[in-house]
Amino acid sequence: MSDTKPLSLYVPEPEFRPGDTPDFSNVPIPKAGAAPRPPVDVDPGDIRDLAYTIIRVMNREGEAVGPWADMLSDEEIKEGLEDMMRVRAFDARMLMAQRQGKTSFYMQCLGEEAIACAFSKVLKSGDMNFPTYRQQGLLLSTDYPMVDMINQIYSNAADPLQGRQLPIMYSSKEHGFFTISGNLATQFIQGVGWAMASAIKGDDKIATSWIGEGSTAENDFHSALVFASTYRAPVILNIVNNQWAISTFQGIARGGAATFASRGLGFGIPSLRVDGNDYLAVYAVAKWAADRARAGHGPTLIEYVTYRMGGHSTSDDPSAYRAKEESTSWPLGDPVERLKDYLIKRGVWSDAQHHQMKEMLEAEVAEVQKQAEKNGTLHDGPHSSPGTMFEDVYEEMPLHLRRQRQEAGV
Amino acid sequence: MARMTMIQAIRSAMDVSMARDDNVVVFGEDVGFFGGVFRCTQGLQEKYGKHRCFDTPISESGIIGAAIGMATYGLRPCAEIQFADYMYPGYDQITQEASRIRYRSNNDFTVPMVVRMPTGGGIFGGQTHSQSPEALFAHVSGIKTVIPSNPYDAKGLLIASIEDEDPVMFLEPKRLYNGPFDGHHDRPVPLGKAAIRREGAEVTMLVYGTMVYVAEAAAEEAGVDAEIIDLRTLLPLDMEAIEKSVQKTGRCVIVHEATRTCGYGAELAAIVAENCFYHLESPVVRVTGWDTPYPHAHEWDYFPGPARVGAALKKVMEKA
Repeated sequence: MSDTKPLSLYVPEPEFRPGDTPDFSNVPIPKAGAAPRPPVDVDPGDIRDLAYTIIRVMNREGEAVGPWADMLSDEEIKEGLEDMMRVRAFDARMLMAQRQGKTSFYMQCLGEEAIACAFSKVLKSGDMNFPTYRQQGLLLSTDYPMVDMINQIYSNAADPLQGRQLPIMYSSKEHGFFTISGNLATQFIQGVGWAMASAIKGDDKIATSWIGEGSTAENDFHSALVFASTYRAPVILNIVNNQWAISTFQGIARGGAATFASRGLGFGIPSLRVDGNDYLAVYAVAKWAADRARAGHGPTLIEYVTYRMGGHSTSDDPSAYRAKEESTSWPLGDPVERLKDYLIKRGVWSDAQHHQMKEMLEAEVAEVQKQAEKNGTLHDGPHSSPGTMFEDVYEEMPLHLRRQRQEAGV
Repeated sequence: MARMTMIQAIRSAMDVSMARDDNVVVFGEDVGFFGGVFRCTQGLQEKYGKHRCFDTPISESGIIGAAIGMATYGLRPCAEIQFADYMYPGYDQITQEASRIRYRSNNDFTVPMVVRMPTGGGIFGGQTHSQSPEALFAHVSGIKTVIPSNPYDAKGLLIASIEDEDPVMFLEPKRLYNGPFDGHHDRPVPLGKAAIRREGAEVTMLVYGTMVYVAEAAAEEAGVDAEIIDLRTLLPLDMEAIEKSVQKTGRCVIVHEATRTCGYGAELAAIVAENCFYHLESPVVRVTGWDTPYPHAHEWDYFPGPARVGAALKKVMEKA
């Protein structure tokens, strides 16, 4: 007889499930301002600690501190606050539109607004994002027409994608926003390829790839890191760690005490972990990575630590799988509230101004929604003509598709 | 004029395309310094530099995913997958990404990419160096699938594929790689056009790649006046050439090396049944690889040879 115990499979579980009272007091939150800010040509081996800490700029007193602070003017920060509040107002309105049956599906980014909104500020015209479905902030913080986003969500007659894609799967080459797939992780390596092309052509453009922490388990994540590091591609590899992949907590994809950022270290890629609810920290780290890519030093991996305050999409109810109070107990707070507190502390913002801004943005979104509804909704139409279904499968329509269109009678 | 093998013709097609257009880049496993395990890219790195012809990590999903990104930037990547059998890790990128990016973005982004891969058996490559996955590509909307049968076509079809604005899967029958045929020219051969290899009145043979030669030998040995159609492009398919021929001959034999069930021959048989039924003198017959994994020692009993194809010809003629 063997004297060893039978083996058993370890299946990680989140700390809190429905009915539990969440308590994150044991989660170590590094002090704002504590993480060093290396030069962009640093040897990745010298900054391994940055993959395990959390780079933070705003402290609990609403002050910006440390070497990653002081990169934006008050006006730029106010604009950042407005961007985040616009995204939040847009999400709330579209969520309601879905509940009203005007569209089939919606995905909000509640609690994660700082990441895309701050990140977009480090990009230049001609750079290309390869986003996931939770980076609407990349479009809403630029001059992309909001009405086209709603037209796309409604699959109406003015939908720029002619009703071919799920709601929220936007595409705009002009605005540096690669067509969202809906598959997970496939875009992560495509962004690396785009960046390689920019380098092959001696261009000065950079690419950014986006992925959620759950999808880092996909093979495309690994491919992207291998290719990015091998060819020193001018790409920023962004992992948005919002703790939850639908109902699956991040521990299922992570493995023990490792961080998602630390996965970059094995590839020799500088890897930074940042407070994703800190607009100023997100901007500073993104700017560092963009400067590094533009200077020809290659890729950077960034993990944004945040929290998905809403459901995964309109198709799931988070109260079925996680503790009700978890989002309000989350130790990194709310990105909008934190930036508001910072601006008020600086004396350049007030509760009254904030309230006024919120009402103005809600009115703006409602007005644009009204415009979009003139072009129809998914439920009531009108839509693009069914004949367009056969177009753009190829540059030219082959014989078999011409015959099928005729058979369809459209 | 010197004669070219298919390998030389394929290499020459990439050479011609790279010389014409700076946006054409070539990469894959062992493709750079060494010039590829079948030597299809030999000399290209030396001639065009490492940034236009280079080695990649062993990651087919990475090769194809990166190629998609490059194509959406504006390059014309021509990627090599070392054997068609290795493409499966990249299949997601082909079928769900490359194929649909034009459609889902309403022409905002396009993928003018070629993925080359040696296909088929006959070189004792066993089950991981011999597969014929063309039906897995032809089933997918938004990509084109090409299989040449000779160096002239290989060169012209590859030039046309690189110039094409849509993703093309370019399958190279490795059993024909060293055939002594003439590939000397620099003209595109249009995609979507079949070639009639032999005109005939009694039976239409629908074939592509290696099976073109098996069909020719079988028709000659059987003494049947067969019309042999080399499809060259499986998608878009030259349906009119097929229909015209079968409506003339009234008989149809389909030959491919891939497994039978849901193979490309099933689609061809259905097209013939749907569009030529009242012209048929006998049932359509398929001669294919057996529905087994590809066997190493028994490969010559596995894929169709002249004897099996000849028997099929006799069978369709008897039913007259």
